[in-house]
Amino acid sequence: MNDALSFIVATLHATVRAGTPLLFAVLGTIFTERSGIMNLGLEGIMLIGAIGGFVVSYNTSNLLLAILVAMIAGAILGLVHAFFTVTLKINQIVSGLAITMLGSGISGLWGKDYIGVVAERFETISIPLLSDIPVIGRILFQHDLLVYISLLAVPLMWFFIYKTRGGMTLRAVGEAPEAADARGINVFFIRYLYTIIGGSITAIGGAYLSLAYNSMWIENMTAGRGWIAIALVLFATWDPYKALLGAYLFGGITALGLRMQAVGTHIPPDFLKMLPYLLTIVVLFFTSTDTLKRKVGAPATLGVPYSREDRT
Amino acid sequence: MKKLLFVLAILLFVASLSVAATRVAFVYVSPVGDGGYTFMHDQGRLYLEEALGEDVVVDIIESVPEGAEAESVFRGYAQRGYDIIFGTSFGYMDSMVKVSKQFPKTIFMHCSGYKTTDNMGVYFGRMYQPRFLSGLVAGAMTKSNIIGYVAAYPIPEVIRGINAFALGVSYVNPEAKIHVVWSNTWFDPTLEKDAAISLLDIGADVIAQHQDSAAPQQAAEERGVMSIGYNSDMSAFAPNAFLAAPIWAWGPYYVKAVQDVQNGTWTNEPYWGGIEDELVDIVMSDLVPAGVANLVYAMRESIIKNQFHPFQGPIYDQDGNLRYAEGEMASDEELLSMDWFVSNVVGRLQ
Repeated sequence: MNDALSFIVATLHATVRAGTPLLFAVLGTIFTERSGIMNLGLEGIMLIGAIGGFVVSYNTSNLLLAILVAMIAGAILGLVHAFFTVTLKINQIVSGLAITMLGSGISGLWGKDYIGVVAERFETISIPLLSDIPVIGRILFQHDLLVYISLLAVPLMWFFIYKTRGGMTLRAVGEAPEAADARGINVFFIRYLYTIIGGSITAIGGAYLSLAYNSMWIENMTAGRGWIAIALVLFATWDPYKALLGAYLFGGITALGLRMQAVGTHIPPDFLKMLPYLLTIVVLFFTSTDTLKRKVGAPATLGVPYSREDRT
Repeated sequence: MKKLLFVLAILLFVASLSVAATRVAFVYVSPVGDGGYTFMHDQGRLYLEEALGEDVVVDIIESVPEGAEAESVFRGYAQRGYDIIFGTSFGYMDSMVKVSKQFPKTIFMHCSGYKTTDNMGVYFGRMYQPRFLSGLVAGAMTKSNIIGYVAAYPIPEVIRGINAFALGVSYVNPEAKIHVVWSNTWFDPTLEKDAAISLLDIGADVIAQHQDSAAPQQAAEERGVMSIGYNSDMSAFAPNAFLAAPIWAWGPYYVKAVQDVQNGTWTNEPYWGGIEDELVDIVMSDLVPAGVANLVYAMRESIIKNQFHPFQGPIYDQDGNLRYAEGEMASDEELLSMDWFVSNVVGRLQ
């Protein structure tokens, strides 16, 4: 029984760690998409965050500065995306894909000199008292700083989106930009702002991989997590709490699959590998039509550029 | 006028180069920056350029997916008149076979496959030899008798490696078990690390790997236990954990292969080089005690002199069946198609 409990605790501990990079990416993108800008460039933004953070941590050993630079790098890609989609009104899907390719290309080039070296990483900080709680303490309170930040970010973001004036402005721009415009809200500015903020938060997810999970840079080290995060934004229906649920669900499937194998249980590895993607497809199915999207709370103008001339 | 002469001279120089030099192309499946398998092939490519200097003109292309895209890359190099094209991934096999028939004057060299044509050869290394040696180290060093092995895909190459490693372990420590976790990826450091942690959580005190990145090594380092790497010396990633690694050294082979083509002595005879050919070897860190290191060196000598084969009987599989009796040993063909685990491996194959 004790063995079973420690197995479960270890699995849940790993779940939190595996879910954190996804959580950052999903939270950032919820901001962006709430303003009505669809962003498919997560993989590229995470990669640029991973290399940006790693370069600084390697050269300065200053992890907070590393995170800051990762966020700036992500913000710049967010700015590029905003420029294409808000100002030039280019198809948001195309621009997002271009951001992915741009991010992966730049990170590969930037990272050439950083292959095979190790840098500082965020060490585990056990929170006094809380980490001593049986079971829960190990699962939630023996992690690194970024995990705690992501956990705090969830309720804060929820509060901001639903309970503050700023959040209301953000939602108004995504739901009814004409009305927001009529009320004197600068729709273009808000969309720029949240695409940039979203990019910088997403980039922390990438930096988590190179600064906390691992302490090295490897080309394309996000290995598809940006794409899973895109599906998770839908799964979460643009709600931070559900984002937490979705990210940990995905992290949990991975963690459980590996641990089942380690103890010698026979589950076809291909099946476990498939599970997260199967879940993605199920989620996409349930959010596929416009009516369904409306029902689950998708921003009404998601993916639709706004221009004043179009007003009728 | 002077300028014109200068340009002409350069043009002549370039032209003479392209006539004299052998044009060599390398097609990689992952970025050179993977820090593992492709990285080591690229080290071999650099060695080749260094060694043959102006006699070769070398081009590389990274991250070429297996399938249709690979086929067009191979065709492209052949059309542009490259003399030798190396494809370093198993999945390039059928594309290379197809294109090689269309360009009979170009030599195609495929790493790790088994199909050849008149102008297409295959080459690979007997990685099971150093893997057996690294198993000796792991078996001697483990205290918990639980050894973790993070593995990519259940294909013969990987299974052979696990078995060779497990035979090395049981040679010095019949009690120890090897627990295998499949990551089902060649390339996801985060997942590889988590796979290693899942093995550490069940009490493994040595982590071995058949993965490209050093992430499993770092997992062992952070937990304060020991590790066996792969591809290259990974001690920089885990200075307090790294014991040993079976490694690749492609350089001398690439030089030989290109020279064979230049001299007209190339054949499509499959090449499977071992420690004796300096294609593969083992590196060990200072953490390995002298006694263990000496045993490894002695076994290495026996393998080189062909007095010992890692897959020599008696060998039992997981179900207790005697696969190789005393004195028998596995043939190359059996090694290349291996689909069963030896008795001290925990974990199943479908």
